[in-house]
Amino acid sequence: MSILDKKSKLAFSDPLMANNPISLQVLGICSALAVTVQVQTALVMTLAVIAVLAISNTVISLLRNHIPNKVRIIVQLSVIASLVIIIDQVLKAYMYDMSRALSVFIGLIITNCIVMGRAEAFAMQNDPKSSFLDGVGNGLGYGGILISVAVFRELFGSGSIYGIQLIPNVFYSNGYENMGLMVLAPGAFIILGLIVWLHRIMAGIESD
Amino acid sequence: MRSNSYTLIFTSLITIFLGFLLSVAATSLKPLQDINIEIDMKKNILGALGIEPTLSEKWTIPEVQDVYQSSILGLVLDKNGNKTDKNPKEIDTEKDKNFFPIYLHQVDGQVNGYVIPISGKGLWSTLYGYFAIDIDCETAKGITFYKHGETPGLGGEVEKPWFQNNFIGKKFVNNDNELVGIQVVKGSVDKTSEDAYRQVDGISGATITSKGLEVFLKEDLAKYEPFFKTQRKAIG
Repeated sequence: MSILDKKSKLAFSDPLMANNPISLQVLGICSALAVTVQVQTALVMTLAVIAVLAISNTVISLLRNHIPNKVRIIVQLSVIASLVIIIDQVLKAYMYDMSRALSVFIGLIITNCIVMGRAEAFAMQNDPKSSFLDGVGNGLGYGGILISVAVFRELFGSGSIYGIQLIPNVFYSNGYENMGLMVLAPGAFIILGLIVWLHRIMAGIESD
Repeated sequence: MRSNSYTLIFTSLITIFLGFLLSVAATSLKPLQDINIEIDMKKNILGALGIEPTLSEKWTIPEVQDVYQSSILGLVLDKNGNKTDKNPKEIDTEKDKNFFPIYLHQVDGQVNGYVIPISGKGLWSTLYGYFAIDIDCETAKGITFYKHGETPGLGGEVEKPWFQNNFIGKKFVNNDNELVGIQVVKGSVDKTSEDAYRQVDGISGATITSKGLEVFLKEDLAKYEPFFKTQRKAIG
């Protein structure tokens, strides 16, 4: 497929690795810590964030030449907030248990710096197509880290991945125990810290 | 720079459009959400009684309705513990001071236990749950919480099985037939203590949640005490 010009391609792929919103820009950490106890919640959160980012970026990009500069942040925020509320309502109607598990964190997508950040920094200057791709790319970059953290936390904290028991019962009867730390917030901090560290080494970024 | 009237018109249009979108979403999804809330309530009432699907299976909505329909009967009691002909759905358990809903667990037409709604303040939030009582009207059969905003890992542990299972078999009435409530102690229950029959293990780091739970559980039980007293007398 060559329908993507270079700029759009970059908008999509840049946030996946080279400019990942979590591990390089360190945005959206709050939800990354909160919803990564299980892979399933992390996955639904990822899908929700991708949807919000992609749609809000596209809508704001479409409106970018009409939004009065004085009130642009408020307009961006109302678009984002409306999208998030709709997603929250849909989850409550169709995936009630999931919406209970994610509780306030779906609502808190509104305050996720990645969403506002992309609207302000990218969608306000670029055409709808590349804004859409930028949204999906950033959502995937965010989700990739979220799911990697969740895989570690669920495996070591509950012995399963995506609710499927992976550590055999023989281990437990021989004294193996799940790591309680992994289920709690500090476990997420440690895993996330390690991932950020690894990612930065791989990307060759040196901090001062 | 755009004129102020442009800004005003633009923001009004955006607001009206988004407001319209949100109200459409909210009204069209309401029926489905209400069913979910009702099913969740029924699951919790059954859960307090220990009636739950095993870990590997999950109940579908009709299955929950079936189990509930065939085993639970909702009633409303008045202040004196007499049955009324009201429907539990009409009662706002937090506000109503005169009428109290109670759910009877029936097995083959025989009452096998009671479930009452409980709610009250913890540390950060109001906790909502159900408390199940055995037919002797003095022994706890189980407890569940379906809504709270306590700190996960601390007060939030009230929703965990290890804490809830503590309540099973504990008594909230003493030998003199007085309501004493269930105490949440610090640390583990001293099994040799003479109060051990009404004590459960506390949650470390959640003293205020535990104390709150202790207080509102007793208050809620007191509302039903007239009814339970007559039941106890009837049993002898």
